[in-house]
Amino acid sequence: MTATLIAGCGGTTKGSDAASGGDEKASEGSANPDAPLKEGLKIALLPKEIDNPYMTVMDKGGTDAVTELKGTGKAVGPSDAQASSQVSYINTLIQQGQDAIVIAANDPNAVAPALKEAMSKDIAVVTLDSDAAKDARQVFVNQASSEEIGRSQVKLIADQIGGAGKIAILSATPNATNQNTWIEFMQDELKKPEYSKIELLPTVYGDDDDQKSFQEAQALLQKNPDLKGIISPTTVGIAAAARYLSSSPYKGKVKLTGLGTPNQMRQFVKDGTVTEFALWDPGELGYLAAYAAAALASGQITGAEGEKFKAGKLGERTIGKDGEVILGPPTTFNSDNIDDYDF
Amino acid sequence: MNTVARLLRWETVLFVLCVLVFSFGATTTPEFTEQGNLSFLLLDYSEVALLALALVPIILTGEIDLSVASVLGFCSALTGALWEAGLSFETIVPLVILAGIVLGSVNAVLVVRLGLPSLAVTIGTLGLYRGLAYVVLGDRAVTGFPENYRPLATDSIGFLPYAAIVVIVVGLLVALLVHATPAGRSLFAVGLGEGTARFSGVRVGRLKIALYLLSGALAALASLIYTLRYNSARADNANGMELVAVAAVLLGGVSIFGGRGTVAGVALALLAMAGLRNVLFLDDVSNEIQNVITGLLLIASVLVPVVVKPRRTNDVPLETTSVDDGRRIGGDIDGDPDRRLRRDHEGV
Repeated sequence: MTATLIAGCGGTTKGSDAASGGDEKASEGSANPDAPLKEGLKIALLPKEIDNPYMTVMDKGGTDAVTELKGTGKAVGPSDAQASSQVSYINTLIQQGQDAIVIAANDPNAVAPALKEAMSKDIAVVTLDSDAAKDARQVFVNQASSEEIGRSQVKLIADQIGGAGKIAILSATPNATNQNTWIEFMQDELKKPEYSKIELLPTVYGDDDDQKSFQEAQALLQKNPDLKGIISPTTVGIAAAARYLSSSPYKGKVKLTGLGTPNQMRQFVKDGTVTEFALWDPGELGYLAAYAAAALASGQITGAEGEKFKAGKLGERTIGKDGEVILGPPTTFNSDNIDDYDF
Repeated sequence: MNTVARLLRWETVLFVLCVLVFSFGATTTPEFTEQGNLSFLLLDYSEVALLALALVPIILTGEIDLSVASVLGFCSALTGALWEAGLSFETIVPLVILAGIVLGSVNAVLVVRLGLPSLAVTIGTLGLYRGLAYVVLGDRAVTGFPENYRPLATDSIGFLPYAAIVVIVVGLLVALLVHATPAGRSLFAVGLGEGTARFSGVRVGRLKIALYLLSGALAALASLIYTLRYNSARADNANGMELVAVAAVLLGGVSIFGGRGTVAGVALALLAMAGLRNVLFLDDVSNEIQNVITGLLLIASVLVPVVVKPRRTNDVPLETTSVDDGRRIGGDIDGDPDRRLRRDHEGV
């Protein structure tokens, strides 16, 4: 059978594979910052999974932006987050002659050949939330920088506990890259003089498992009855810790913040367990990515470092290293604004 | 009567279905007939087609192999691990095919030597092999496969992808095996009644073992195409693909009880399913609705022959049902397998 594969296929390899053509084209074209945003652009959003609530909010933000731009926006995508399932959709979008594809990649490499083919056909390619291989897209819209996330978490908890006392971090797994980067920035932020009265206890891990996170939160307070605050920079951890606190005598006395979704945390904000927590707004992420896609498709930008484009209500944005655009500091949710969000 | 029977052959129905799907595509969406799209349409079903071709002879004997997509997943993960370990791709190819054959042999031993039901065994190995794939590679993805081999899985001559040529060659070989060799005739005999086949001198065990080994090898070949095509080796590759492959085989008119079916029917079913999927994609039909349509099509494929069946009583009066029951419980007391063989070959 192998022999068949090799023999049957050897020899000529002239290609419809655009691997070589695509990326050159992207950097070849010159940007015209004064070019107006085209009307009637066809921009498609391709989320990881079509039914994931977080992704749905992201898609909505994206299609809203396309509507603002007087274009035609749509969201299509697979119902499972398998690496390869987005490829059929990319092919379809190429055939349909879309002007831009905005994709949250399930697998940075599995989608790369298809995205390169799209770019070779002059379709603008923007990734958001989860990047594809760098040469398979022009712009990547990232949520927030790790530094911003880490430092802002410390500010949130310091405000809530009045700047003094013991705090602890309830993380996901000990080897989660993003968690550990954020924790490093938290530790660094805590070295600043204004936080000198805050003592950070050793980090505990809930493994992003609801039960384990719940138990870790419980154990933390049994061992340290004088604990003032917990940071849980994971949506699973913060929800489990909130559930424990809400039914414990520590409710309202021990402060809890971290990264969580408004729908998970709403009841705990309303019952006074949690004052404030943060997460980037996936709707704004989609919105920004759609504007980046329109700017690319209109020739305003090419994805090179230093180029600027206007992103509607989010103002002007500058493209950073490796074609990366950052949405900005995470959004903070509290009892005043939590009902404005649904994800 | 003969003409009616011929018109009602399932292959004819499938051919009409293909024509309908492709003309619907061509008239509703202009992009459908573009060379790039046709070639993608074929490419996108190449792995499913290889798994379906592996299943045809197995299902003809009345057995099943639900582990095919997990074998693909394991072989893909193994390809990734070996490539990461620095082996050359030329070395990896035979090793991966060998691994597929080994996994197939585990199924064979459990089903044939220990006499366990293949449905239960291969549901077990479906989970086992997928689990082993994660043991081998974890949830990582390995990429960077050699540029000189990748075009074999991505490029085309005209609208015909190289991978589709591989599928066609394999398809012709399987068709030859099933329809033009003594072993192929044995397949049908085993499917119609294992006891009778055994008494007529068919070495049932050896035949089935060979089929499971072939299935493992074809799934491994599919994994190489899959891994190169996506340039990504992962343990979750082709998760759930066994169901699409089984659906294609059944839609192709192969009886799930064994003993009836043609490779041509399965080929037409694959073409119709690939075309339909592509048209629905281009028309922005959501994934859920696509599943509903494919599901209905599959139910229709089992339902229609049953509804049309009464016509057959003209040929084979009265005892039709009792003959069927005999076959299902593997009985074969009421002899004359030849007549049943003949009848089953008449199609619907």
